[in-house]
Amino acid sequence: MYQIVQKEKLHEIIYSMWIEAPQVAQSVQPGQFIILMVKEKGERIPLTVADFDREKGLIRIVFQIVGKTTEELSTLEEGDRLFSFIGPLGRKSEIEHYGTVVTVGGGTGIACIHPISRALKEAGNKVISIIGARTKELIIMEEELREASSYLWITTDDGSYGRQGFVTQVLKELLEQDKTIKKVWSIGPAIMMRVTCETTRPYAVDTLVSLNSVMVDGTGMCGSCRVTMGGETKFVCTDGPEFDGQLVDWIEFMHRLSRYQEAEKRSWDLYHELNHPCTCGRRTN
Amino acid sequence: MAEMIPVKERTRREQVPMPEQDPRQRIHNFREVPLGYTREQAIYEAQRCLQCKRPKCKEGCPAEINIPQFIQKIVEEDFAAAYFEILKTDNLPAITGRVCPQEEQCQKYCILEKQKKPIAIGRLERFVADWARENDIHGELPAVTPQRQKVAVVGSGPAGLTCAADLAKLGYQVDLFEALHRAGGVLVYGIPEFRLPKTIVEYEIKEIERLGVKVITDFVVGATLSVDRLAQDYDAIFLANGAGAPHFMNIPGENLNEVYSANEFLTRSNLMKAYAFPEYDTPIKIGKKAATIGAGNVAMDSARTALRLGAEKSYIVYRRSRQEVPAREEEVHHAEEEGIIFHFLTLPIKILGDDQGKVVGMECLKMELGEPDESGRRRPIPIPGSNFSLEVDMVIDAIGTSANPIVARSATGVETNQWGYFVVEEETKATSRTGIFAGGDIIRGSATVISAVGDGKVAARAIEEFLSSGKSLRRR
Repeated sequence: MYQIVQKEKLHEIIYSMWIEAPQVAQSVQPGQFIILMVKEKGERIPLTVADFDREKGLIRIVFQIVGKTTEELSTLEEGDRLFSFIGPLGRKSEIEHYGTVVTVGGGTGIACIHPISRALKEAGNKVISIIGARTKELIIMEEELREASSYLWITTDDGSYGRQGFVTQVLKELLEQDKTIKKVWSIGPAIMMRVTCETTRPYAVDTLVSLNSVMVDGTGMCGSCRVTMGGETKFVCTDGPEFDGQLVDWIEFMHRLSRYQEAEKRSWDLYHELNHPCTCGRRTN
Repeated sequence: MAEMIPVKERTRREQVPMPEQDPRQRIHNFREVPLGYTREQAIYEAQRCLQCKRPKCKEGCPAEINIPQFIQKIVEEDFAAAYFEILKTDNLPAITGRVCPQEEQCQKYCILEKQKKPIAIGRLERFVADWARENDIHGELPAVTPQRQKVAVVGSGPAGLTCAADLAKLGYQVDLFEALHRAGGVLVYGIPEFRLPKTIVEYEIKEIERLGVKVITDFVVGATLSVDRLAQDYDAIFLANGAGAPHFMNIPGENLNEVYSANEFLTRSNLMKAYAFPEYDTPIKIGKKAATIGAGNVAMDSARTALRLGAEKSYIVYRRSRQEVPAREEEVHHAEEEGIIFHFLTLPIKILGDDQGKVVGMECLKMELGEPDESGRRRPIPIPGSNFSLEVDMVIDAIGTSANPIVARSATGVETNQWGYFVVEEETKATSRTGIFAGGDIIRGSATVISAVGDGKVAARAIEEFLSSGKSLRRR
């Protein structure tokens, strides 16, 4: 079980893997996530499902190296097996026929909006996708997104590809021009999701964000992932991961994301000392 | 064989105290606190047993162990026979021997309890189970007629393990589903190493697997597959998924960075072995002054774990008084020995944080006790204007858990009560849906390991009756 059947390096620090997990593939729906462990002494990390193939029993994950666990995961090769892989977790995206919708993806969030965009398009929506990254090489899954949506916009911070600027600039223009936009999905770094919500607020368009909290079990048992949503505490793992972005207490959310920063850095540094004396791939996002 | 001693001598003897790790030492390690009886201590203690004609102790044992019989075997120094006697009904003897509240059960009914020195039944049980494990003595596999029916057991805590083992002994094919990557439920994620070593839990689960039970980890029933879907493939289902959802106090500041649920804190430390970070990858944050809110066993476990992980001060903050503490006396005693500081009659009303989301203190109110409430305990009443601030930089909420709805919402026709617990018939543990049974914390809220074991036994018997009468959950 949990064999890596296909591995692809999308960028120096971004990888895609298809994992054999037939039962998860059988039940998964767009918007859900999985939790994996690289090895027995590893930690449990949540990753939103980037794609799935029910017939072949496969789940696709896309991740960026941001610490020890993701770096270790990136060193596994096709044929290797993960120690643990559970899912599908969380609630599925609410896919309906809304009319016109926009899906916004930043960084590895691009991978997360992929199955959601596709399902929305299949449900008969006009799906406008906006994907963005710092620079051209970090734009991933462009072809898949083009396929999954009706229109695709690409932005880069440095202008090396597509429009120069942020995803939210394109989003603002779209909201200005097209008053029929019913819903916006935004998945990416916390700051990007927060700015998306600020962008859509004046237009009163429903905006869903998918939160990537720190988790342990992922099934509602520990509460590590709790967030404040309109004054009420919610668990990302069982009440989410998608929430109405206008209700999220973003400051608290970002504080809680940094809870283990020091320990994570210590662990990563030690890993490098022991395994990998050079510093390639050791960039921060 | 040790000598049988006269009754007079038996009643004259005192209970053999349990050897324990020195508190000054043990607060720096995660090794077990009680060290276990030696062979001589076990025999000496076993000799005290009066071997009553109508033993009351048995009535107090949800695991239905023939207590006088196994104690007699210890006196006879036939420890293997003692082990086999226990194994007839209890599938987890090294575990129940450690974590059962014997003072509330078997030992409470012991005739010598009147003299305040009941037979130390739990310690003897532990001795026997440890002896068997150390000497590689295994229970004989029962001669069974293999049955063609299949049973799914959801959750691998004490209720699930017990039910699965009892059904396997009857010849049924049992698949035991566990959501986490390791089987054992609360025995592995909740109870700390210093109270229940994980190698012992692993060992007893292996013994249950020897009976033919198939343990399937990484399988979240309700997410990976629904109960309804399982019902198509199994003839009966036992739901024992526990009461895993943590409670919070719902006071301001509870989502600050250093506020943990006891579940998260203990899961990181026990299941993920954060105490061995960075050898293990899961981190845990420890403050200098840790406050644990609540005074049950889980609170004691949390406060004692915080101390071992390096907290300089570890507090228990409890709104009632010493008298109402729900934890086992032994746990409170161990906590006190280790230097845990108790703030009784204290109610936290706000956790104070800085602009980085860090905990810097906790505002509390002083309480006084009023008239007894519905639980029979005197109701704590806040003293107006008694606000004070406790200097802490970490808070652990250990105020209880409730039902996690994941399993229930995937089980059509299985009735739950207002708290989300499954409604069952007391004598059979049958739910409102024929062929589906439930037990453990998910029918009553968090209780003890042994009550879960008891439910597992009752359900296994009822499932046997259900299946042997030709019924099945599956449509044929």
